[in-house]
Amino acid sequence: MSVSHSAVLVAVMSLVTILLRALPFLVFRKKTPDYIAYLGKVLPPAIIGMLVIYCLKDTKISSAPFGVPELISALLVVLLQAWKRNVLVSILAGTVCYMALIHFVF
Amino acid sequence: MKTVRAAFIKSLPVMGGYLILGTGFGILAWNNGYGLPWTFAMSLLVYAGSMQFVGVGLLSGGASVLTVILTTIMVNARHLFYSISMFGHYKDAGRYKPYLIFGLTDETYSLLCDGKTPEGMDPHRFRFLVSLFNQSYWVLGSVLGSLAGSVLPFSAAGIEFSMTALFIASFTEQWIETKDHLPALTGLLGTLLCLLVFGPEGFLIPAMCLITLLLTLFRSTISARRKVSE
Repeated sequence: MSVSHSAVLVAVMSLVTILLRALPFLVFRKKTPDYIAYLGKVLPPAIIGMLVIYCLKDTKISSAPFGVPELISALLVVLLQAWKRNVLVSILAGTVCYMALIHFVF
Repeated sequence: MKTVRAAFIKSLPVMGGYLILGTGFGILAWNNGYGLPWTFAMSLLVYAGSMQFVGVGLLSGGASVLTVILTTIMVNARHLFYSISMFGHYKDAGRYKPYLIFGLTDETYSLLCDGKTPEGMDPHRFRFLVSLFNQSYWVLGSVLGSLAGSVLPFSAAGIEFSMTALFIASFTEQWIETKDHLPALTGLLGTLLCLLVFGPEGFLIPAMCLITLLLTLFRSTISARRKVSE
Protein backbone atom coordinates (compact mmCIF):
# COMPACT_ATOMS: atom_id res chain seq x y z
CA MET A 1 0.00 0.00 0.00
CA SER A 2 1.11 3.59 -0.63
CA VAL A 3 2.82 5.28 2.28
CA SER A 4 0.59 8.35 2.14
CA HIS A 5 -2.65 6.33 2.21
CA SER A 6 -1.40 4.30 5.17
CA ALA A 7 -0.42 7.52 6.95
CA VAL A 8 -3.91 8.94 6.39
CA LEU A 9 -5.46 5.74 7.81
CA VAL A 10 -3.28 5.90 10.94
CA ALA A 11 -4.33 9.54 11.43
CA VAL A 12 -7.99 8.58 11.02
CA MET A 13 -7.70 5.76 13.59
CA SER A 14 -6.03 8.17 15.99
CA LEU A 15 -8.63 10.94 15.57
CA VAL A 16 -11.67 8.65 15.84
CA THR A 17 -10.23 6.98 18.95
CA ILE A 18 -9.55 10.36 20.59
CA LEU A 19 -13.04 11.57 19.66
CA LEU A 20 -14.68 8.49 21.22
CA ARG A 21 -12.74 8.92 24.45
CA ALA A 22 -13.48 12.66 24.60
CA LEU A 23 -17.13 12.62 23.54
CA PRO A 24 -18.72 12.21 27.00
CA PHE A 25 -16.66 15.16 28.26
CA LEU A 26 -17.89 17.31 25.37
CA VAL A 27 -21.54 16.24 25.62
CA PHE A 28 -22.41 15.75 29.31
CA ARG A 29 -21.45 19.00 30.95
CA LYS A 30 -23.22 18.32 34.23
CA LYS A 31 -24.39 14.95 35.56
CA THR A 32 -24.30 11.70 33.60
CA PRO A 33 -27.85 10.48 32.88
CA ASP A 34 -28.78 7.32 34.88
CA TYR A 35 -29.35 5.27 31.75
CA ILE A 36 -25.91 6.15 30.36
CA ALA A 37 -24.31 5.35 33.73
CA TYR A 38 -26.07 1.97 33.70
CA LEU A 39 -24.74 1.25 30.19
CA GLY A 40 -21.27 2.22 31.37
CA LYS A 41 -21.48 -0.55 33.98
CA VAL A 42 -22.98 -3.38 31.92
CA LEU A 43 -21.55 -2.73 28.45
CA PRO A 44 -17.85 -3.50 29.14
CA PRO A 45 -18.39 -7.20 30.03
CA ALA A 46 -20.79 -7.53 27.09
CA ILE A 47 -18.28 -5.96 24.68
CA ILE A 48 -15.50 -8.27 25.90
CA GLY A 49 -17.84 -11.15 24.99
CA MET A 50 -18.42 -9.53 21.61
CA LEU A 51 -14.68 -9.19 20.97
CA VAL A 52 -14.10 -12.87 21.79
CA ILE A 53 -16.52 -13.76 18.99
CA TYR A 54 -15.00 -11.07 16.75
CA CYS A 55 -11.51 -12.58 17.13
CA LEU A 56 -12.80 -16.04 16.25
CA LYS A 57 -15.04 -14.90 13.37
CA ASP A 58 -12.82 -16.23 10.58
CA THR A 59 -12.34 -19.68 12.13
CA LYS A 60 -13.29 -22.30 9.55
CA ILE A 61 -15.29 -24.98 11.31
CA SER A 62 -16.64 -26.72 8.18
CA SER A 63 -13.23 -27.63 6.72
CA ALA A 64 -9.91 -28.97 8.09
CA PRO A 65 -8.66 -28.35 10.76
CA PHE A 66 -12.26 -27.58 11.85
CA GLY A 67 -11.26 -24.90 14.35
CA VAL A 68 -9.54 -27.49 16.54
CA PRO A 69 -6.36 -25.39 17.16
CA GLU A 70 -8.56 -22.43 18.21
CA LEU A 71 -10.71 -24.64 20.45
CA ILE A 72 -7.75 -26.30 22.21
CA SER A 73 -5.91 -22.99 22.71
CA ALA A 74 -9.08 -21.20 23.92
CA LEU A 75 -9.78 -23.97 26.45
CA LEU A 76 -6.20 -23.73 27.68
CA VAL A 77 -6.63 -19.96 28.19
CA VAL A 78 -9.90 -20.41 30.14
CA LEU A 79 -8.51 -23.19 32.36
CA LEU A 80 -5.23 -21.37 33.06
CA GLN A 81 -7.09 -18.15 33.84
CA ALA A 82 -9.45 -19.95 36.24
CA TRP A 83 -6.50 -21.67 37.90
CA LYS A 84 -3.73 -19.03 38.03
CA ARG A 85 -5.82 -15.81 37.66
CA ASN A 86 -2.95 -14.24 35.70
CA VAL A 87 -4.00 -12.75 32.36
CA LEU A 88 -0.44 -12.60 31.08
CA VAL A 89 0.35 -16.26 31.75
CA SER A 90 -2.92 -17.24 30.03
CA ILE A 91 -2.19 -15.10 26.94
CA LEU A 92 1.40 -16.34 26.59
CA ALA A 93 0.51 -20.01 27.01
CA GLY A 94 -2.51 -19.76 24.70
CA THR A 95 -0.54 -18.00 21.95
CA VAL A 96 2.44 -20.37 22.14
CA CYS A 97 0.04 -23.34 22.12
CA TYR A 98 -1.79 -21.99 19.06
CA MET A 99 1.42 -21.22 17.15
CA ALA A 100 2.83 -24.68 17.94
CA LEU A 101 -0.41 -26.37 16.85
CA ILE A 102 -0.62 -24.64 13.46
CA HIS A 103 3.12 -25.08 12.80
CA PHE A 104 3.63 -28.67 13.84
CA VAL A 105 0.28 -30.47 14.15
CA PHE A 106 -2.33 -29.16 11.72
CA MET B 1 8.70 11.81 43.87
CA LYS B 2 6.32 10.01 46.23
CA THR B 3 3.54 10.31 43.69
CA VAL B 4 5.79 9.02 40.87
CA ARG B 5 6.71 6.01 42.99
CA ALA B 6 3.11 5.26 43.95
CA ALA B 7 1.98 5.61 40.32
CA PHE B 8 4.79 3.33 39.12
CA ILE B 9 3.80 0.64 41.63
CA LYS B 10 0.15 1.01 40.64
CA SER B 11 1.07 0.57 36.97
CA LEU B 12 3.15 -2.60 37.50
CA PRO B 13 0.32 -5.07 36.77
CA VAL B 14 -0.02 -3.50 33.32
CA MET B 15 3.71 -3.40 32.60
CA GLY B 16 4.16 -7.08 31.73
CA GLY B 17 0.96 -7.17 29.73
CA TYR B 18 1.72 -4.10 27.67
CA LEU B 19 5.33 -5.10 27.03
CA ILE B 20 4.28 -8.55 25.79
CA LEU B 21 1.15 -7.51 23.88
CA GLY B 22 3.03 -4.54 22.46
CA THR B 23 5.76 -6.92 21.31
CA GLY B 24 3.08 -9.09 19.69
CA PHE B 25 1.74 -6.05 17.88
CA GLY B 26 5.23 -5.03 16.74
CA ILE B 27 5.91 -8.51 15.31
CA LEU B 28 2.49 -8.65 13.62
CA ALA B 29 2.97 -5.21 12.03
CA TRP B 30 6.48 -6.13 10.86
CA ASN B 31 5.14 -9.37 9.34
CA ASN B 32 2.63 -7.28 7.36
CA GLY B 33 5.31 -4.94 6.00
CA TYR B 34 4.96 -2.13 8.56
CA GLY B 35 8.28 -1.50 10.29
CA LEU B 36 9.50 0.56 13.20
CA PRO B 37 8.28 4.08 12.23
CA TRP B 38 4.73 2.76 11.71
CA THR B 39 4.68 0.73 14.88
CA PHE B 40 6.00 3.66 16.88
CA ALA B 41 3.53 6.15 15.35
CA MET B 42 0.54 3.87 15.93
CA SER B 43 1.40 3.11 19.54
CA LEU B 44 2.02 6.81 20.19
CA LEU B 45 -1.00 8.28 18.36
CA VAL B 46 -3.69 5.59 18.20
CA TYR B 47 -2.84 3.86 21.49
CA ALA B 48 -5.67 1.35 21.47
CA GLY B 49 -4.48 -2.26 21.68
CA SER B 50 -7.15 -4.21 19.85
CA MET B 51 -7.68 -1.46 17.27
CA GLN B 52 -3.98 -1.50 16.43
CA PHE B 53 -4.08 -5.27 15.83
CA VAL B 54 -7.17 -4.84 13.65
CA GLY B 55 -5.62 -1.73 12.09
CA VAL B 56 -2.58 -3.60 10.74
CA GLY B 57 -4.96 -5.69 8.64
CA LEU B 58 -6.75 -2.57 7.39
CA LEU B 59 -3.48 -0.85 6.46
CA SER B 60 -1.99 -3.79 4.58
CA GLY B 61 -5.29 -4.39 2.79
CA GLY B 62 -5.48 -0.74 1.70
CA ALA B 63 -8.87 -0.16 3.31
CA SER B 64 -10.87 2.99 2.51
CA VAL B 65 -11.05 5.91 4.94
CA LEU B 66 -14.75 5.20 5.55
CA THR B 67 -14.07 1.56 6.44
CA VAL B 68 -11.39 2.65 8.89
CA ILE B 69 -13.70 5.24 10.51
CA LEU B 70 -16.51 2.71 10.99
CA THR B 71 -14.22 -0.06 12.21
CA THR B 72 -12.53 2.24 14.71
CA ILE B 73 -15.91 3.35 16.05
CA MET B 74 -17.03 -0.27 16.43
CA VAL B 75 -13.88 -1.67 17.97
CA ASN B 76 -13.32 1.32 20.26
CA ALA B 77 -16.91 2.25 21.15
CA ARG B 78 -16.40 0.73 24.59
CA HIS B 79 -13.94 3.55 25.36
CA LEU B 80 -16.90 5.90 25.31
CA PHE B 81 -18.21 4.04 28.33
CA TYR B 82 -14.87 4.12 30.10
CA SER B 83 -14.98 7.91 29.70
CA ILE B 84 -18.54 8.04 31.00
CA SER B 85 -17.55 5.93 33.96
CA MET B 86 -14.51 8.14 34.72
CA PHE B 87 -16.38 11.37 34.01
CA GLY B 88 -16.71 12.37 37.65
CA HIS B 89 -13.02 11.71 38.38
CA TYR B 90 -11.62 13.40 35.27
CA LYS B 91 -13.82 16.42 34.72
CA ASP B 92 -11.91 18.71 37.07
CA ALA B 93 -8.42 17.41 36.30
CA GLY B 94 -7.23 20.71 34.80
CA ARG B 95 -4.06 20.52 32.73
CA TYR B 96 -3.89 16.73 33.13
CA LYS B 97 -7.36 16.27 31.64
CA PRO B 98 -6.49 16.06 27.89
CA TYR B 99 -3.89 13.33 28.37
CA LEU B 100 -6.02 11.46 30.94
CA ILE B 101 -8.82 11.28 28.36
CA PHE B 102 -6.43 10.37 25.52
CA GLY B 103 -4.81 7.60 27.55
CA LEU B 104 -7.97 5.90 28.79
CA THR B 105 -7.34 2.39 27.42
CA ASP B 106 -8.86 -0.86 28.73
CA GLU B 107 -5.90 -1.48 31.00
CA THR B 108 -5.61 2.07 32.33
CA TYR B 109 -9.34 2.03 32.98
CA SER B 110 -9.06 -1.27 34.84
CA LEU B 111 -6.40 0.22 37.14
CA LEU B 112 -8.21 3.51 37.82
CA CYS B 113 -11.91 2.61 37.65
CA ASP B 114 -12.32 2.05 41.39
CA GLY B 115 -11.61 5.76 41.82
CA LYS B 116 -9.18 5.19 44.68
CA THR B 117 -5.95 7.18 44.86
CA PRO B 118 -3.35 7.24 47.65
CA GLU B 119 -4.07 9.67 50.48
CA GLY B 120 -2.19 12.95 50.62
CA MET B 121 -1.43 13.03 46.88
CA ASP B 122 -2.90 15.03 44.02
CA PRO B 123 -5.31 12.44 42.54
CA HIS B 124 -5.13 13.98 39.06
CA ARG B 125 -1.33 13.91 38.96
CA PHE B 126 -1.36 10.33 40.25
CA ARG B 127 -3.79 9.20 37.53
CA PHE B 128 -1.82 11.14 34.90
CA LEU B 129 1.39 9.37 35.87
CA VAL B 130 -0.24 5.92 35.90
CA SER B 131 -1.59 6.65 32.39
CA LEU B 132 1.81 7.87 31.21
CA PHE B 133 3.68 4.84 32.61
CA ASN B 134 1.20 2.56 30.88
CA GLN B 135 1.66 4.17 27.48
CA SER B 136 5.43 4.09 27.81
CA TYR B 137 5.28 0.29 28.34
CA TRP B 138 3.04 -0.04 25.29
CA VAL B 139 5.31 2.05 23.06
CA LEU B 140 8.44 0.28 24.34
CA GLY B 141 6.88 -3.15 23.80
CA SER B 142 5.83 -2.41 20.24
CA VAL B 143 9.27 -1.00 19.36
CA LEU B 144 10.91 -4.15 20.78
CA GLY B 145 8.46 -6.30 18.82
CA SER B 146 9.22 -4.48 15.60
CA LEU B 147 12.95 -5.00 16.14
CA ALA B 148 12.38 -8.66 17.09
CA GLY B 149 10.28 -9.21 13.96
CA SER B 150 13.31 -8.72 11.75
CA VAL B 151 15.50 -11.23 13.61
CA LEU B 152 13.02 -14.01 14.53
CA PRO B 153 14.45 -17.40 13.48
CA PHE B 154 10.96 -18.88 12.90
CA SER B 155 7.69 -17.87 11.28
CA ALA B 156 5.47 -15.80 13.53
CA ALA B 157 2.25 -17.10 11.95
CA GLY B 158 -0.35 -17.53 14.67
CA ILE B 159 0.86 -14.52 16.68
CA GLU B 160 -2.58 -13.00 16.03
CA PHE B 161 -4.02 -15.45 18.56
CA SER B 162 -2.51 -13.25 21.30
CA MET B 163 -5.44 -10.86 20.74
CA THR B 164 -7.97 -13.70 20.98
CA ALA B 165 -6.28 -15.00 24.12
CA LEU B 166 -6.35 -11.51 25.66
CA PHE B 167 -10.12 -11.23 25.31
CA ILE B 168 -10.81 -14.84 26.38
CA ALA B 169 -8.69 -14.34 29.50
CA SER B 170 -10.41 -11.00 30.29
CA PHE B 171 -13.79 -12.63 29.75
CA THR B 172 -12.94 -15.53 32.08
CA GLU B 173 -11.57 -13.16 34.72
CA GLN B 174 -14.62 -10.90 34.82
CA TRP B 175 -16.83 -14.03 34.85
CA ILE B 176 -15.09 -15.27 38.01
CA GLU B 177 -15.18 -11.82 39.61
CA THR B 178 -18.87 -11.00 39.11
CA LYS B 179 -21.99 -12.81 40.27
CA ASP B 180 -24.31 -11.47 37.58
CA HIS B 181 -23.34 -13.03 34.25
CA LEU B 182 -26.24 -11.67 32.23
CA PRO B 183 -24.31 -8.75 30.61
CA ALA B 184 -21.39 -11.02 29.62
CA LEU B 185 -23.72 -13.69 28.21
CA THR B 186 -25.71 -11.05 26.32
CA GLY B 187 -22.52 -9.88 24.61
CA LEU B 188 -21.24 -13.37 23.81
CA LEU B 189 -24.48 -14.97 22.60
CA GLY B 190 -25.93 -11.85 20.97
CA THR B 191 -22.77 -11.48 18.87
CA LEU B 192 -22.70 -15.19 18.02
CA LEU B 193 -26.30 -14.92 16.80
CA CYS B 194 -25.46 -11.89 14.64
CA LEU B 195 -22.39 -13.69 13.22
CA LEU B 196 -24.58 -16.63 12.19
CA VAL B 197 -27.26 -14.34 10.70
CA PHE B 198 -25.14 -11.63 9.05
CA GLY B 199 -21.84 -13.44 8.37
CA PRO B 200 -18.27 -12.43 9.30
CA GLU B 201 -18.18 -9.23 7.20
CA GLY B 202 -21.21 -7.34 8.46
CA PHE B 203 -22.13 -8.60 11.92
CA LEU B 204 -20.44 -6.04 14.19
CA ILE B 205 -22.92 -3.17 13.79
CA PRO B 206 -26.00 -5.41 14.24
CA ALA B 207 -24.29 -7.06 17.23
CA MET B 208 -23.66 -3.73 18.97
CA CYS B 209 -27.26 -2.65 18.35
CA LEU B 210 -28.64 -5.97 19.63
CA ILE B 211 -26.43 -5.90 22.76
CA THR B 212 -27.46 -2.33 23.61
CA LEU B 213 -31.13 -3.15 23.01
CA LEU B 214 -31.08 -6.33 25.14
CA LEU B 215 -29.20 -4.66 28.01
CA THR B 216 -31.77 -1.84 27.92
CA LEU B 217 -34.59 -4.39 28.17
CA PHE B 218 -32.81 -6.22 31.03
CA ARG B 219 -32.16 -3.00 32.94
CA SER B 220 -34.64 -3.49 35.80
CA THR B 221 -33.59 -7.15 36.28
CA ILE B 222 -29.86 -6.38 36.32
CA SER B 223 -30.24 -3.30 38.55
CA ALA B 224 -32.35 -5.27 41.05
CA ARG B 225 -29.80 -8.12 41.17
CA ARG B 226 -26.93 -5.70 41.70
CA LYS B 227 -28.73 -4.00 44.61
CA VAL B 228 -29.27 -7.38 46.28
CA SER B 229 -25.66 -8.48 45.88
CA GLU B 230 -24.36 -5.17 47.17
